[in-house]
Amino acid sequence: MTANNKFHFEYPCKRALSLIPMGMLGLLIALGSGFSYTHPSTGPKLKLSDYPFFIGTLSALSPAPNVFEYEVNAPLFSDYAEKKRFIYLPEGKQFSWQPARAFDFPTGAVIIKNFYYWNDAARPEKGRRILETRLLLKEDSGWKALEYVWDDAQSDAFLDVAGAHLPVSWQAANGKKMSVEYVTPNLNQCKGCHSYDGQFEPIGITARQLNRTENGENQLLKWNQSGRLQLPEGFDINAIPALFDYRSIQNPEKETSENLNMAARGYLDANCAHCHNPHGPASTSGMFLGVDEVNMERLGVGKPPVAAGRGSGNRKYGIVPGKPGESILYFRMESDDPGIRMPELGRQLAHQEGLEIIKNWIRRM
Amino acid sequence: MKKHLWAIILGFLTTTLSAQPALEKQIQTQLILAEDGDTIRLPEGKITLSNTLSLDAKKNITIRGAGQEKTILSFKNQTQGAEGMKVTNAQNIVLENFTIEDAKGDIIKTQMVQGLTFQNITARWTGKPKASNGSYALYPVQCQNVRIERCTAIGASDAGIYVGQSDSVWVTRCMAKNNVAGIEIENTTNAWVWKNQAFDNTGGVLVFDLPGLPKKRGGHVKVYDNLITRNNYRNFAPKGNIVGEVPPGTGVMILATNDVEVYNNKIWDNKTISTAIVSYYITEIPIKDKDYIPYPSAIFIHDNIYSTGKRMPTWKNKLGFIFWWKFGKKVPHIIYDGIQNPDWLNADGTVKSPYRICLRDNVNGSFANIHADKIGLFKGKISRDTQPHNCEF
Repeated sequence: MTANNKFHFEYPCKRALSLIPMGMLGLLIALGSGFSYTHPSTGPKLKLSDYPFFIGTLSALSPAPNVFEYEVNAPLFSDYAEKKRFIYLPEGKQFSWQPARAFDFPTGAVIIKNFYYWNDAARPEKGRRILETRLLLKEDSGWKALEYVWDDAQSDAFLDVAGAHLPVSWQAANGKKMSVEYVTPNLNQCKGCHSYDGQFEPIGITARQLNRTENGENQLLKWNQSGRLQLPEGFDINAIPALFDYRSIQNPEKETSENLNMAARGYLDANCAHCHNPHGPASTSGMFLGVDEVNMERLGVGKPPVAAGRGSGNRKYGIVPGKPGESILYFRMESDDPGIRMPELGRQLAHQEGLEIIKNWIRRM
Repeated sequence: MKKHLWAIILGFLTTTLSAQPALEKQIQTQLILAEDGDTIRLPEGKITLSNTLSLDAKKNITIRGAGQEKTILSFKNQTQGAEGMKVTNAQNIVLENFTIEDAKGDIIKTQMVQGLTFQNITARWTGKPKASNGSYALYPVQCQNVRIERCTAIGASDAGIYVGQSDSVWVTRCMAKNNVAGIEIENTTNAWVWKNQAFDNTGGVLVFDLPGLPKKRGGHVKVYDNLITRNNYRNFAPKGNIVGEVPPGTGVMILATNDVEVYNNKIWDNKTISTAIVSYYITEIPIKDKDYIPYPSAIFIHDNIYSTGKRMPTWKNKLGFIFWWKFGKKVPHIIYDGIQNPDWLNADGTVKSPYRICLRDNVNGSFANIHADKIGLFKGKISRDTQPHNCEF
């Protein structure tokens, strides 16, 4: 709806003036003062191309020298969108390892996450549509989020603080035609997930997500060798945990229980535990889904809901071992009702592959 | 002329249709860009929204409508977000003078806010109360210094005004009707609930401590000068929720919490239990939280006025049925389940004074201890002796 509007911030103002009755004038005046904040010289940049992150055609997402790509073990499901993730480090700066929480970054660092769909997932040569680029910027005072929405021509992405609705359709790898009204977050919603004791924090930049080996090369060691990542004295890559990549499970029914358990716990960690942990926004629920949680009740087994309301779906417990159909956890992952579905933000569609893993995991409990 | 009219109508329609998403985006943009001390004014009229309006990490912000029946935020067509409005990680926030309705989940949720005022807000689900309504109309959780004044909550499938895991809370001059629980204070400390009206709910005012939560212990709660009447509405809570256990016809229920004073209330025409003092065991839900204390203690019920006349407890709820079984139409107004913590007893079997349940000077305050502890709910020997409870705090 708004992706092709260059100066996105002014959009509501201009449109509103022509469309909204006179009674609103006071409101618009009040708004005017807010907009001075977004002046390019003092506020955030208005376009993605204003940042030095990519070289050549922007939509090719070819990283500049201070930018490098990273991959996580267990990705968050986002309505089947693909993601291309980068880190920007200021010249000569390093980021450093933390055992459990997000890694430490120097001021000026930016984490860049691009969301896109292949037109035909079986044939990437048919091109893709990038929808949004999310930035997490490390400032002196902490992390800040900014959201850029791509235009239809894929020429650039424009700052959008209040969220946009973008209808999108694509062909899945299995040939199925898919479509969704894709929704980008407003800036407040970013913190709906990115919150640790009320402070903004990255989610995926953790040891357990980044300890990943592809083509015989471990990301953490590679960055350490290139001088980007600082690792502690006596660091032993084999001693640190890694989330299981649940995408490697092809047929959950036939998978070993051990793999299935690791896949399910990895899935819940990546998709739920950013809120469902003692320091996250869902701490109120008493249900904690981090991969390290050993208390089965806190994981949901035999745990009655606290404030689920109709999210309980007339079920009594978070998880009923052996019975996914009676488990609130499964019910809420399966639902597409905004008042029921989990996670609350970031998806309209149910993740069928994830559900299969969780279903079989609960069945075999 | 006719042509002209059509143009005007068409123009008006286009305006209404396209202005609403623009208006939604505009309000949300204002909330994001708000600076310290700002007042965000919501325009007069019915505004339909598709997504949660959210305010995060701000200080000294007022969100003000043009009046309770003038500014109506409708989430009937909500497609995104689990709340109507959400305020998080903030300080000194005032929400006032508007109606907000039909959110898919909770209507207004505020979390980790210090200094929070809701005033002159109507939060409601329209239509007949049903299980598919959201849980809470006004829902401060993990907040501090909360004032809820002159607000109305209607139709919540859990609690109309629900204060959870918070501290220092005032709820006053509010009205709660057609909710499962009218007003619920849960795992919350230092809450005063006074001069409210709770009527036509399943239960009027509930003060609960529940297990398994980060904030373990509520207490120091006063409930006074309220009108708590006719809370006989059917329980339409979805199963699995603790309020689903509340019998229709409940006035005040105190569950497993401590230091609660209930006084000067008019507790009228609640057909099953006017005032219940119960332990968590009465729910028969297994307790796995080792730090949880499932017994009520230091409860003082005094100077309330209970309505007279015959009442008929509900049969549609286990507790209600038990009361009917035991008392027929003459259910005592104040019922204590008698389930006691053995650690709180003196050698002679009496309760140590800091943990007593005290009753005094209630008008028509008939009493029964149903001794549900050892022998099961149906077999417990009823005691109407108020002498063990003749005390005060």
